[in-house]
Amino acid sequence: MTLRRNRIRRRDTPVAWLLVAPALLGFGVFFAYPALRGVYLSFTEFHVLTPPKWIGLDNFRQLWQDDVFWNALGITVQFVVLSVLLGVFLSVLTAVMLHRLTQSVLIRGVIILPFLISGVVAALVWQLMLDPQLGIVNVWLRELFGQPVFFFNEGWAIPTLAVINVWKWMGYYAVLVFAGLQAIPATVYEAGRVDGASELKMFRHLTLPLLRPVLAMVVILNIISAFQIFDIVQVTTKGGPANASNVLNMYIYNKAFSQFDFGYAATMSLTLFAMLIVVTFIQLRLARANESDLD
Amino acid sequence: MATSTRKPLSPGRILAWLCLIVIMAVTLFPFYWILRTALSNNFALLTDPSSLFPVGFTWGAFKRVLGLASTAEALAEGGSGASLNTALYLRNSIIYATTQTVLVVFFSAAAAYAFARLRWRGRNLVFGVLLCSLMVPEILTLLPNFVLVRDLGLTDTFGGLVLPYGIFSGFTLFFLRQFMLGLNREIEEAATVDGAGPLRIFFTIVLPMSAAPIATVFLLNFINTWNYFIWPLLVSNSEDTRPLTLALAVFKQSSPQSALDWAGLMAATLVAALPMFLLVLAFGKRIVNSIGFTGIK
Repeated sequence: MTLRRNRIRRRDTPVAWLLVAPALLGFGVFFAYPALRGVYLSFTEFHVLTPPKWIGLDNFRQLWQDDVFWNALGITVQFVVLSVLLGVFLSVLTAVMLHRLTQSVLIRGVIILPFLISGVVAALVWQLMLDPQLGIVNVWLRELFGQPVFFFNEGWAIPTLAVINVWKWMGYYAVLVFAGLQAIPATVYEAGRVDGASELKMFRHLTLPLLRPVLAMVVILNIISAFQIFDIVQVTTKGGPANASNVLNMYIYNKAFSQFDFGYAATMSLTLFAMLIVVTFIQLRLARANESDLD
Repeated sequence: MATSTRKPLSPGRILAWLCLIVIMAVTLFPFYWILRTALSNNFALLTDPSSLFPVGFTWGAFKRVLGLASTAEALAEGGSGASLNTALYLRNSIIYATTQTVLVVFFSAAAAYAFARLRWRGRNLVFGVLLCSLMVPEILTLLPNFVLVRDLGLTDTFGGLVLPYGIFSGFTLFFLRQFMLGLNREIEEAATVDGAGPLRIFFTIVLPMSAAPIATVFLLNFINTWNYFIWPLLVSNSEDTRPLTLALAVFKQSSPQSALDWAGLMAATLVAALPMFLLVLAFGKRIVNSIGFTGIK
């Protein structure tokens, strides 16, 4: 039976290649080739209008001594840590409450509304609400504490951007976690209850371990997307003031499209890529994401 | 039935509900604020920023962004006089998002069918190669792709906007393949006995049977493309191709911070987000469930 099914059917082969051809072409032309070219360009001096010139490791040496790059990396890491901690905490909290309180699709729909709008729109409305003079948040803060907060100044810019980012993505992750919770069989909890475990104990010893694969995925998605934050920063602070919110993608973008230093921008992209691979790998190992305690 | 399973309102549950309500309020408030500001008069906004209701209620901002107000009227309401050609940008967004989504979903479905249902030499190898695409972050391919599109002379065209993301999407392909792997083979086998070839089976059997997951990836792709920022920012540099999301950012950055037309900007924001709200109204449950479903894969 299996033998017959797995046999290569000769008439399938040309059709299969025909159907795969567009996707394969798209992958080759707009994915594999650019990725390899990106690696190549990172070893060149390239200003778009003249052909790239091979300069070996010069870009990487420059990177090593580039204070703005290290500053950008530090700021990006701050942004990622804040976004991920707050984002994962809130999405798990929301998901657990949704799971225990209601199955309402309407409420889940409300929670994911910010995911449906663009980062540009999110950034615009938050910038209005946080404006030192016009912003409703600052009007309230003035009433409570007598003074406004300049949310996009040097000290506050990164936490503020992280909060906006969390607002935009929290609901999406909450729905992912919610789906993970739905997949945990109710019998597990019944057994817990029979053993006399409290709600908190069950959450800590049953829910969290069983949720580990979903949580690992949410954390990784969160880290990877936070590392590549761009639109919210571009709309609100453009990296300022004084590089205070100059995250990696912002810096790469400016190097490439304001200073036309494509070679160096490619070097930084490659470095970011390498860092993401390492982070993902470590994370997957730590979380043993592929294993579930349900098996 | 429903009442018998409902748990009593313990203090813990009340607290949890309160917490959830606070989260929903924080989620929704900015949306209300967009509406409230869009219906306000800019000068009145300055004098009474804290009012929870529109100040100096007017439809002016909407008229401005929809091109229904004269420059004099716009200036009188605190518009910057700079216009935002919303109708044109809306058209661009619709062309861009629809073309890209239709193409990428179709090509992905075709490839997914070949990977899930056809037997051919090299299948696993090719699939493995395509799998790599899920691990590479966007930024690595972004600059070279821009150079490529520029070399092809496609900057500032819809072709340049759509091509790099409109033929291949790793996520869409894998998602559809996963679904098609689970389809029952018997109908296909019956069709084969009746003399239908693989192409015919794809179009008349597998594609219709995959309507639900296709709708799912269609929605997710459409939402992502509609909101996509960085690629249009690189490729589109004239009004004729600029999608609405990008136009909002450009408009904001080209007006002086001191005289920002917040009412107009929020009205335009609402117009930009409107198609997404319509999608939610039409497919709310499907969107919510599909997000959950993509997580489980």
